[in-house]
Amino acid sequence: MKIVVCVKHVPDATADRTFTEDGTTDRASVDSLLSELDEYAVEQALRLAESDADAEISYLTVGPDDARDALRKALAMGGDASIHVSDEDIEGSDAFGTSLVLAKAIERHGFDLVLCGMASTDGTMGVLPALLAERLGVPAVTHLEDLAIEDGSVTGRREGDGATVRIQGALPAVVSVTDRSGDARYPSFKGIMAAKKKPVETLGLADLGIAAAQVGPAGARSAVDTATRRPPRTKGEIVADEGTGGIGLAAFLTTKKFI
Amino acid sequence: MAEILVLVDHVDGAVRKPTLELLTLARRLGEPSAVFLGPGADRATEVLGRYGAQKIHVVDAPEVDEYLVTPAVDALTQIAERTRPAAILLPSGPDGKEIAARVALRLGSGLITDAVDVTAGPDGPVTEQSAFAATYQVTAHVTQGVPVITVKPNAAAPEAAPAEPVIEKQDIAFGPTEHAVRVLSRTPRERGDRPELTEADIVVSGGRGVNGAENFALIERVADALGAAVGASRAAVDAGWYPHRHQVGQTGTQVSPQLYLAAGISGAI
Repeated sequence: MKIVVCVKHVPDATADRTFTEDGTTDRASVDSLLSELDEYAVEQALRLAESDADAEISYLTVGPDDARDALRKALAMGGDASIHVSDEDIEGSDAFGTSLVLAKAIERHGFDLVLCGMASTDGTMGVLPALLAERLGVPAVTHLEDLAIEDGSVTGRREGDGATVRIQGALPAVVSVTDRSGDARYPSFKGIMAAKKKPVETLGLADLGIAAAQVGPAGARSAVDTATRRPPRTKGEIVADEGTGGIGLAAFLTTKKFI
Repeated sequence: MAEILVLVDHVDGAVRKPTLELLTLARRLGEPSAVFLGPGADRATEVLGRYGAQKIHVVDAPEVDEYLVTPAVDALTQIAERTRPAAILLPSGPDGKEIAARVALRLGSGLITDAVDVTAGPDGPVTEQSAFAATYQVTAHVTQGVPVITVKPNAAAPEAAPAEPVIEKQDIAFGPTEHAVRVLSRTPRERGDRPELTEADIVVSGGRGVNGAENFALIERVADALGAAVGASRAAVDAGWYPHRHQVGQTGTQVSPQLYLAAGISGAI
């Protein structure tokens, strides 16, 4: 089984993230790392490979040079190879541009299963797996808390909008998993060393037959007008609890007309 | 005035509150038309009309419940092609966002997710979103095609604006089922006496500092006194003190109440 895991190199969610002047995410001013939510997809791929000797895991990312770090981290956890799509024209792409690049790279590589996290920790839209499935013309078995592969189909549990559903789709398919799917492993020292020798294929837009105008700001279908930093939180009012803390809290909320 | 399509979020015809918020927002942009998928439209007509739906497009086909997401995408895309709306509004949940993205891709439209406000601008709807754990407030607009926008719960207070909706039954050509995801079973989330987390005006949450499952009774009592929903931090859920469906946060349920009371929770919300 040929598994492609899509991963994203994102600004550290614990750092002070900002926007650039053109309203895109500022990726230069803070350290970046493999999106935490993607680690769950890596983990599920590795677990599937443990029970399938023919499984071949490749990681795929789109981004500038340092996005390679996300591939290295994933390869240190396990897996076989990776693909890095890097092209300056891609910078500033929206979800449609990014999904086009990923879909073309996945088609070029070939796949039985595409695994994704539930969302990135920076954009947080959570629509990329659905867009990939739409572009690739395969089932989107998304937002899974568990999954099993049997007889050529994927089955799993999904927390949907108002209900929990058990869903099933035939392979080849795009699958996304949530942070409830199982804790991701830490890379071992051996894994980190081995990752340095694993192949990273680098591709540009021309390799994928994509025109520059289809991606980046030119291909984006929405625009950010303003990005305003919220004023820093001012020190709140502290109600000291000397046996009447509850009354003080209720009084505060009442003056603010919350209750 | 152009139609604004609003995808109705309902359970067997019982319309959920975010839909009424969408109808309220839609009236700022044009004439709201509800898109009702599945059985039970007759039970929803009155409430959809009360909140301003001028039309209800009804797709009562078994595919809507048998398969995930794609029947809704087929329906909404084809209804949009027939009605040429000025915008399409959907609720921001896993289903709503996936439907929205695929509809936008098919229509050649731009997409904005998780809006907390939508207003009419000179070039179509202008949205407001929170970014980077709510440290930024972003305004944006769609630059291509019919704007497709998903809106978070509590973005607007539902306001009644009674209308007599015209019912339009829509026949949909559904795509091939081999590319569809079958729904094997469906368990609606338990509806207790408390409001749902996503819709609640007030949320009272407990975290690690609550110090045990038994102390969540206190959280529940505060919640009940305020008519609030009960939330729990990931730490409390991981410790097994409270069920996961109450987990609040980026990887749990995203909430947008007017008041959030956190007990025994430190760090980012």
